[in-house]
Amino acid sequence: MSETPRETMEFDVVIVGGGPSGLAAAIRLRQVAPDASVCLIEKGSEIGAHILSGAVIEPRALEELLPHWREEGAPLNTPVTEEQMLYLTQKGSLEIPFLDRVMPHMNNHGNHIVSLGDFCRWLASRAEELGVEIYPGFAGAEVLVDDSGRVTGVATGDMGIGRDGQPGDNYAPGMELRAKYTLFAEGCRGSLTKQVTAMYNLRKGVDPQTYGLGIKELWEIPKEMHRPGLVQHSFGWPLDDRTYGGAWMYHFGDNLVSYGFVTGLDYPNTWLSPFDEMQRVKLHPAFRPYFEGGRRIAYGARALSEGGIQSIPRLTFPGGALIGDTAGFLNVPKIKGTHTAMKSGMLAAEAVAEALATDRVEPGSYTRRIRDSWLWTELRSVRNIRPAFAKFGMKGGALYSGMDAMLLRGRAPWTLHTRHSDNEVLEPASISEKISYPKPDGKITFDRLSSVFLSNTNHEEDQPVHLKVRNMSLWKTVNWDVFRAPESRYCPAAVYEVADEATDPHLQINAQNCVHCKTCDIKDPAQNIDWVTPEGAGGPNYPGGM
Amino acid sequence: MTVLVYLDHEGGAIRQASRSAIAAASKLGDVDVLVTGPDAAAAAKSAAAIPGVKKVVQVTDTTGNSELAEPVASLLADLAAGYTHILAASSATAKNILPRTAALLDVQPIPDIVAINDADTFVRPIYAGSALATVKSADAKKIITVRASSFEPVASEGGNATIEEVALPAGPGGSTFIATELSKSERPELESARVVVSGGNGMLNEENFKLLEPLADRLGAAIGASRAAVDKGFVSNEYQVGQTGKIVAPELYIAMGISGQIQHLAGMKDSKVIVAVNKDPEAPIFQVADYGIVGDLFTILPQLEAELDKAG
Amino acid sequence: MKVLVPVKRVIDYNIKPRVKADGSGVETAGVKMSMNPFDEIAVEEAVRLKEKGVVSEIIAVSIGEAKAQDTLRTAMAMGADRSILVETDVVTEPLSVAKVLKALVEKEKPDLIILGKQAIDDDMNATGQMLAGLLGRPQATFASKVEVADGAVTVMREIDGGSQTVKLALPAIITADLRLNEPRYASLPNIMKARKKPMEKITPADLGVDMTPRLSVVSVAEPPERKAGIKLDSAAELVSRLRNEAKVI
Repeated sequence: MSETPRETMEFDVVIVGGGPSGLAAAIRLRQVAPDASVCLIEKGSEIGAHILSGAVIEPRALEELLPHWREEGAPLNTPVTEEQMLYLTQKGSLEIPFLDRVMPHMNNHGNHIVSLGDFCRWLASRAEELGVEIYPGFAGAEVLVDDSGRVTGVATGDMGIGRDGQPGDNYAPGMELRAKYTLFAEGCRGSLTKQVTAMYNLRKGVDPQTYGLGIKELWEIPKEMHRPGLVQHSFGWPLDDRTYGGAWMYHFGDNLVSYGFVTGLDYPNTWLSPFDEMQRVKLHPAFRPYFEGGRRIAYGARALSEGGIQSIPRLTFPGGALIGDTAGFLNVPKIKGTHTAMKSGMLAAEAVAEALATDRVEPGSYTRRIRDSWLWTELRSVRNIRPAFAKFGMKGGALYSGMDAMLLRGRAPWTLHTRHSDNEVLEPASISEKISYPKPDGKITFDRLSSVFLSNTNHEEDQPVHLKVRNMSLWKTVNWDVFRAPESRYCPAAVYEVADEATDPHLQINAQNCVHCKTCDIKDPAQNIDWVTPEGAGGPNYPGGM
Repeated sequence: MTVLVYLDHEGGAIRQASRSAIAAASKLGDVDVLVTGPDAAAAAKSAAAIPGVKKVVQVTDTTGNSELAEPVASLLADLAAGYTHILAASSATAKNILPRTAALLDVQPIPDIVAINDADTFVRPIYAGSALATVKSADAKKIITVRASSFEPVASEGGNATIEEVALPAGPGGSTFIATELSKSERPELESARVVVSGGNGMLNEENFKLLEPLADRLGAAIGASRAAVDKGFVSNEYQVGQTGKIVAPELYIAMGISGQIQHLAGMKDSKVIVAVNKDPEAPIFQVADYGIVGDLFTILPQLEAELDKAG
Repeated sequence: MKVLVPVKRVIDYNIKPRVKADGSGVETAGVKMSMNPFDEIAVEEAVRLKEKGVVSEIIAVSIGEAKAQDTLRTAMAMGADRSILVETDVVTEPLSVAKVLKALVEKEKPDLIILGKQAIDDDMNATGQMLAGLLGRPQATFASKVEVADGAVTVMREIDGGSQTVKLALPAIITADLRLNEPRYASLPNIMKARKKPMEKITPADLGVDMTPRLSVVSVAEPPERKAGIKLDSAAELVSRLRNEAKVI
């Protein structure tokens, strides 16, 4: 793109992404290799701006990384005190008894309800104290590879390119951040990870990755309804048996409630709208009372990897490694990935420190370190649960997971597999059952655009569209003719809109609304949409508490 | 308590906003006013006729320096001794002068008030109107600018104030007035226009969007657009009103074929009067519009023009 | 010639401010903060003057909590040569800020002070004018064009309904309006270089300035929500209502 030569800076290690895995890796590196220069870039306007999670976190990895986290003021202020798993029917709900026995992985004793964004902001300040250079507002746009095929860093995107692709008045070329080792910590479905994966064929011999879409709202509710430490999850209504997902509600902080809904992106019904599912569950009697009289503060969405260890790709390649959820370390039945993401970052950091010392091309010991750690044992013990839901349906899956936990204790001699990518399982509109969603009431339920408004999302307007449709005619013949534009429903930010539906249907892309959840990159039936990084600092600006 | 109001005028005609400032001042005490500028004598006459004004202080100036902030600020500071409050309508001129006066008097000014709670306590918008702050001043004197739209202007006729002339002090010097150029553009600037006519998705195409011009001409209005209209290429993005476009707060905002997404409302909800024309009775714009017409805008547009011509 | 550019750290303009439930103010905890956009324009203007060879040194100043150093780093990444942080946890208001700046002007003796016309948090639009008043120096607010020549600066300034041109003897105070320029991005290489530029840290007490605010906040509330009005049947009725009831035409 740029004719102007790019400036270059050399580091020992460059980390792409300022979430829990990237920050933990940065901290660990400076702990074990204090002389190593570490640079971390983050596409959000600040650390935390693009972080979205429930979140209940297990402090295990944090304990190992920063044992004095309590004294250092880590924002883990609401211990879990009470938890419920609810099976919802349309009007009622059933609390699953003996949760700690049936779903032992759901045991949240010792865990904390946090704002993961605030937690990352805190981790970033620790990292900076340790000498990590952190640059938010810059997106990794390009993987640098030398002639020998070794990844040698990343280049940030050009700034000031106009919508027409031409440099404008305030054009500033990207910068090459060269490194001996590059860690990709981009979170679920990283755009550079996607390039590296193809380049080194990292997914060879593993199951396809499968994903979920989490859509979240942050509420401030009346004090008398607030029960700090309460953790609730639901399954069942309103999803059919073929669709994985459920709601969460966590009470924490100053009368804050984190509410959200995860939909497995292997859902078959093209008419399904994860956003509207999330909205309507708020009206269920199990949740509604908490929202009455409250106010919605923030909104956002993010995809998460649900494949488990069967879907984890090869983790290293010449010059770098994948860490955190871009590799797929989420513990799905536990609904937790922060501790595993951090642990993977720490182990990668140790492997990189070793490679630095011995001048190896590939930080290969990372894979072994993972396999030898509690992270692997933990993920291995739950490996069959999510695939069981895909195989046996929601009820059968629940039954299987109870059995797996109580009888087999995670030690089943078999492994269930994910056979299809999420984009392959969508069924045509003609055979899918239409779903009628209630109209937003403007008090408890809302429409997409007023929701996106609360994500503080912004992109510089004058820039090329960062959602690349490879072949527009394919959109018409596949997305429209067969599936009736599923992107207009699965996108939680109203990016995709069908214009002139009656006369000449075509796709309008409102890229400015994009909250960087990556669902379109995952679920588009023909894999015809490519999510690339927009100009740095674009995207949501999730506030504190998210 | 006696209050001094700095009056803005145009060639001797007192601006309506200044009469709103007088209305605000009347809530605090007796009102004297100050007029400056080349047409100060004419302005003083108009000001003397405003009911409720006790005394008009007319600044005589032959140097042309009354266009400058420095001497006028000094004069106001000199006159301040006799007053508890100094007020002006929020305008570029007042905002140029009054804070400087405040500095000379060691006072923290209170800009853009929309309500007066008592002699020390006022309400003013912060964060571009996203919040209203009630603030209490610890200063002995208050220097205040007033959001004109929040105070009903006093009448322009019926009073009989005395006129007193004072000379403009030299001021600190160093500043020379060169020229004033009033913009000749037929259309006012979007952000400062008194009336804005905006079009949205309902305008259908670039050609149709131009149909808003005759209406805007009749109202002396600026033209705006929603993001949908900009995204679809009806107009360029300098017309965009909304969260990522321009924030406007005119006296009258007419939304033609705009559904009223929250992103658009964020850019115009502070308008004094909102009119919406839309064929969809459920369009969210109607939830904020003072007057709405449900119908086809291409039918209503010419009717509106005809009505304006009739009575105008 | 030396230029002083004061910059303020405020809630980023993309963020919708949220009034705290207890009405004590606007939530700033965990909220993205950035340089006040008008101050960015002021910094840009100073940098352009330097690029033209008119200015030799640009000093950025911020008055506020320790985190304001991020804002100063941004100013230096844009092109300021060095910076001064006047650290205080007291709520700043234009009067106290102008007093701090006056003390700094007396110390640094800049020929030009360029400020943003207003901060987008308290919307005061006063600091530049007040500084000029305290210093007894000429002022040009709401600048849309700035030219420096022969020991004087000619400024075109925005006024209601047009523009006005004034000429000021130096040293002088200018406040920047929206159309003065389009600020550049702080590029990554420049952000990296800015880490090495000098930043001096002092307190208002070092300058002998009392920061006690004169305005106290009684309460902060969300503006009242607009209510739906009435639906009319005809253009004629609309025009009549606008004329006789709303009195806006």
